[in-house]
Amino acid sequence: MSEPLLEANGITKSFGGVRALRGADFAVHPGEVAALVGDNGAGKSTLVKILSGTLAPDGGEIRFEGRQVAIEHPVAARELGIETVYQDLALAPELDPAANLFLGRELVRPGLLGRLGFLDKAAMRRRTNKAFADLGVGLQDTGAMVANLSGGQRQSVAVSRAATWVSKVVFMDEPTAALGVVQSAHVRDLIRRVRDSGIAVVLISHNMPEVMELADRIEVLRLGVRVARYQAADTTMEQVIAAMTGALGSEEGEVA
Amino acid sequence: MSETREVPPAEVPDEVAPEPAGNGLRAVLRRRLTETTTWTFLILLGIVAGFAALRFQQFATVFNFRNIAADASGLLIIAVGMTFVIITSGIDLSVGSVLVFSGVIAAKVMLAIGGEGWGAIGAGLVAGLVAGLAWGVVNGVLVTKARVPPLIVTLGTLGMALGSALLITGGIDVRGVPLQLTTTIGIGQLGGVPYVVIIAAAVTAVGAVTLSMTRFGRYTYAIGSNAEAARRAGIDVDRHLIKVYALSGLLAGLAGMVSLARFATTTIGGHSTDNLAAIAAVVLGGTSLFGGIGTVLGTLVGVFIPAILQNGFVILGVQPFWQQVAVGAVLIVAVYIDQLKRRAQERGERR
Repeated sequence: MSEPLLEANGITKSFGGVRALRGADFAVHPGEVAALVGDNGAGKSTLVKILSGTLAPDGGEIRFEGRQVAIEHPVAARELGIETVYQDLALAPELDPAANLFLGRELVRPGLLGRLGFLDKAAMRRRTNKAFADLGVGLQDTGAMVANLSGGQRQSVAVSRAATWVSKVVFMDEPTAALGVVQSAHVRDLIRRVRDSGIAVVLISHNMPEVMELADRIEVLRLGVRVARYQAADTTMEQVIAAMTGALGSEEGEVA
Repeated sequence: MSETREVPPAEVPDEVAPEPAGNGLRAVLRRRLTETTTWTFLILLGIVAGFAALRFQQFATVFNFRNIAADASGLLIIAVGMTFVIITSGIDLSVGSVLVFSGVIAAKVMLAIGGEGWGAIGAGLVAGLVAGLAWGVVNGVLVTKARVPPLIVTLGTLGMALGSALLITGGIDVRGVPLQLTTTIGIGQLGGVPYVVIIAAAVTAVGAVTLSMTRFGRYTYAIGSNAEAARRAGIDVDRHLIKVYALSGLLAGLAGMVSLARFATTTIGGHSTDNLAAIAAVVLGGTSLFGGIGTVLGTLVGVFIPAILQNGFVILGVQPFWQQVAVGAVLIVAVYIDQLKRRAQERGERR
């Protein structure tokens, strides 16, 4: 297997007296879906927040493409080519999909108007429509506010935004949690297509059948440490759940 | 990084959920019709038509409209700044006091320099604008860095600005404003349009373009819509909010100068309800108090509804106090409609 693209070693993080992460490790390679699973309170969200720049770790090291990095802000993550689909989607409901896709990265008109901050709305609309078409997102009314879209459509906007800007790693925190059967199938399809383009996808999910279906590798967190890693093809759901619940000892899983 | 990444195209571009709408004229029309701004504009047209039908001779004259516009100019300038603030889901109660404070500073500076020249007027203008801007920055810094809610911050600076103005003047209005200011800017006209109306129109036009077409406007909407999402998208939310409150203060300072020019005195006691009038105008114009939605053109409509009602009632011989009753009722209806739309959207979220 290739070198890990993003690697976390011995990450620690405490909130007051609570030790959320007690030396957690994690790695993801280019062009794979790595599922990060664990029971509630295992430290998944904390680890993802640290790796996407919304939380600072207390200790441990993060390596990106082999060199040690500090990801102190979401913008720093973005500059490394890391995008995140947050569980709450982080969309501006009163803005349209194009405005959300380009939030914080607005295109301005060329020349003097651009220097005055005039937006190139037509170009943003065009590229949004192209991104949606490429990703197979069917949205006929791209001029409507995101607030008027269905849950699945909103999820698609958030995933499309990450897929549009990501160049290395995308974190997806419970991307199908709020969706119906057809809509989740669609988002899963989208995740596969992002992976097939060579991006590393980190999937955080409670939905074990979905993890087994999508993931190439599975990393299991329990009580703030990684307890097991599996190649998804060589393992069963029972094994993964055993590791999650502690029926299996520390790092006893077949290391991938 | 600005290049859109190529991702293998979908084999079956199926829909996530069916949505019976198009990008065509129909969809645009439907959206327009559900906007509060459209309705309040129709109400404004109805009011104008009503008064014109009842008293065409007195109401529908150039002279009368010129007066209405000149009277509304100061409020319009303040309301443009207020529109930006309310779209960020903030509020600025201090505008009337900041207007008075800036007027006092401007008048004092012009008096100190003395004479009738444009030099003194220019110095007064700069001083007034800087005073307004300073109060705005104070508001913005307290809201963002000290995390005190805008309602409380601007209620505090409302008292502080007015109190300071009273301390500086000893409670007596400053007179002796250069005559040139009142005779030109105050009552002068350019091609039949009063200077104060031209100033207010220019502020409105620049405000409307900035809000709807620039990155500054886009950030204003984004922060009011979801400040956390804006922050995660790399927008410096605190800095932008400080700029928005500074803009509101700056425009209050400009309105203070316009007030000086029109009345030749500081009118310390005359602006205690300007803040509420501006908020009412902004909300009447379809801007949502919850943030993320609003337009400057809507605010323009919202300023003229009370102004024309007042004027029409005077002409009709109806007690002008009815204007306050009518505007109050329309305001509540406007916010009620906004609420209904929000609730419909929340239902939509659970689809």
